[in-house]
Amino acid sequence: MTETGGATPARRRRQEPLIPDGPVRASANVCQAAGCLSMQSDAVFDSLCERVAASGLTDVAVRRVGCLGLCAAGPLVAVPERERLFDHVTAGDDASLDAVVTSLSGGEGGRPIASDPFFSHQVKVVLEHCGRIDPERVEDYVAEGGYEALTKVVTTMTPAEVLAEVTHSGLRGRGGGGYPTGLKWTTVAKAESADGKYVVCNGDEGDPGAFMDRSVLESSPQQVLEGMAIAGYAVGAAHGYVYVRAEYPLAVKRLTTAIRQAERAGLLGQRIADSSFSFEVQLRIGAGAFVCGEETALIASIEGGRGTPRPRPPYPAASGLWGKPTLINNVETFSSIAAIINRGAAWYQAIGTGRSRGTKVFALAGSVVNTGLIEVPLGLTLREIVFDIGGGLPGGGRFKAVQTGGPSGGCMPEELLDMQVSYESLAEAGSIMGSGGMIVMDQGTCMVDVAKFFMDFCREESCGKCVPCRVGTTQMHGLLDRITRGLASREDLAELEDLAAMVRETSLCGLGQGAPNPVFSTLRYFRDEYLAHIDDRVCPAGVCKIEPVEAGARVAEGVR
Amino acid sequence: MTMAPVEAPPSPPREDKRWRQVDVKIRRLGARPDGLIEVLHTVQEVFGFLDDDALGYVSEALGVPPSRVLGVATFYSHFVRKPQGLHTCVVCMGTACYINGASAIFERLHGTLGIDAGGTTPDGRVSLLRARCLGACSMAPAVVVDDEVHGRMSPDGVEQMLEAL
Repeated sequence: MTETGGATPARRRRQEPLIPDGPVRASANVCQAAGCLSMQSDAVFDSLCERVAASGLTDVAVRRVGCLGLCAAGPLVAVPERERLFDHVTAGDDASLDAVVTSLSGGEGGRPIASDPFFSHQVKVVLEHCGRIDPERVEDYVAEGGYEALTKVVTTMTPAEVLAEVTHSGLRGRGGGGYPTGLKWTTVAKAESADGKYVVCNGDEGDPGAFMDRSVLESSPQQVLEGMAIAGYAVGAAHGYVYVRAEYPLAVKRLTTAIRQAERAGLLGQRIADSSFSFEVQLRIGAGAFVCGEETALIASIEGGRGTPRPRPPYPAASGLWGKPTLINNVETFSSIAAIINRGAAWYQAIGTGRSRGTKVFALAGSVVNTGLIEVPLGLTLREIVFDIGGGLPGGGRFKAVQTGGPSGGCMPEELLDMQVSYESLAEAGSIMGSGGMIVMDQGTCMVDVAKFFMDFCREESCGKCVPCRVGTTQMHGLLDRITRGLASREDLAELEDLAAMVRETSLCGLGQGAPNPVFSTLRYFRDEYLAHIDDRVCPAGVCKIEPVEAGARVAEGVR
Repeated sequence: MTMAPVEAPPSPPREDKRWRQVDVKIRRLGARPDGLIEVLHTVQEVFGFLDDDALGYVSEALGVPPSRVLGVATFYSHFVRKPQGLHTCVVCMGTACYINGASAIFERLHGTLGIDAGGTTPDGRVSLLRARCLGACSMAPAVVVDDEVHGRMSPDGVEQMLEAL
């Protein structure tokens, strides 16, 4: 990173993107999402600007863009006109920078995007603009057709027509629950309220291993705001809140900029597109509580209180924020709306499988070559996702499981690799769609340890309001800990299963109800690993530290 | 986790100019009770942590009972009640980081710094924290040192980075 001269380390002026006045022959889109930024892609942007300026090329652009998807190979630069991607571009590596400039001036080089299996299996709806626009320039979004859907809605459609379109699209809640979006919108639209309704965007993406919402908010924040405004029109709300977790400072910054720019451009605020519809959006920042992803807890948090859930009904659609009818959808759900309005429900409906229509964004991570952000039509198999798009496991590692759905999800074993990914199939297999984290695990991962990891998470994130979750998760964690230390008996295992069923049935909210899922799914598919820890006092993956038998309480207990 | 009784709260160290930033935030939010979390964010940004005086002041300024302010400040893990070290080191313990060796990184730092998660070295130099998930899963294991994310870390790598601070 370069510093300007001067005695004091003055803050360097931010380099403006290079955008020629005339037609653009080619553009270098430099990824500025959190992943690439942590590998100094901001310096790559500066260096490319310098090089392009020095090269005398006057008809090429250098832009900052959002996530290009293939985070594993960052920092990334795309040249969309040539359909090429350049990976591992660094400011200190002249050859990597030269390759981009060569491509800009019409030369060869780079990875062909169209034929790369990482990209060719994807269908981009939510991520349509990710990596194509500067997230901090509303004009970029508008140039790509942004806010056309909102304008169309407020000038030519009735709220009932919007509701019908969203209902017919078959879109379901992308935060994990999978509740039909059109039905939820219609319920809020029908709710009577003399003094207002609210639209809330849930960006409290707390599942460990999930970064879809972060990437969307960092890459195309206007798209989220447009979806919220369309929702506001459809349900009759004039106020919206976006709730983003504090762990995502870059998303917060870009969203703040996006709201300000949209208001200035007249795309949000009073009388949008000269219609009678007004919609304003406020940002609320979380403070590190996983449970706030639950909708009633999130509402309590926006109201400034402790984020604890309350029993439903009444559902937020009837009584939500400040007791008013409230529509709560996830970032990805709102991001799908503009495309559905622009291209029609039938187009969206044609993508997908069974009752799972459209596309889903997944965050691929763990033991997989191509870690990153992907969007696929629902109905692709796990094998296609992990091996074709993900490129398989690195270093010849052998696949063991893929974990979906975070702490409320489950681990899918090798025999399920050919399962189509849909809300129904994942539920049937003992997991959930969840928000979209997909963690690939190799043979070096102990499934009991994974179950313990998630239980530790739930135990610490339990808000403490209901007993089954507060006490149950701690007890289950204790039992799992005994198993991983080689101190457990078969009776402990039976107790674990009883307790898991009880916590699932009796907890107040999704956190507690879902907490036993990792235990259930690992027991269902990897029971022999549990038994190896218990009967043989061996961790087959070699992860757990089995305690010496003398120190073990199990002998004293006389079990087995 | 006690909070001083607020019988005479109006003037925490108000002569400290940093309070102005907090006052601006309170005004912008219309001094409404639902702005509590936002205001606490600002106080923590400005002062680094939330002490009893600050909570008492916020309580009065927003008209929120002190019990509720303390309740909120202690419910959310982002808020800290003790001063933090000069540098902070956050080890991400999300799923991807965990299966890629985050525990080994944490254990090493725990050993060399001699502090637990949430602790600060006696010389006040480094605070060690654990995060649930930073969403930096594609670069697992990730560590955040002074707000900068570093991906694909190793115990040695983090240790060297902390020594070089």
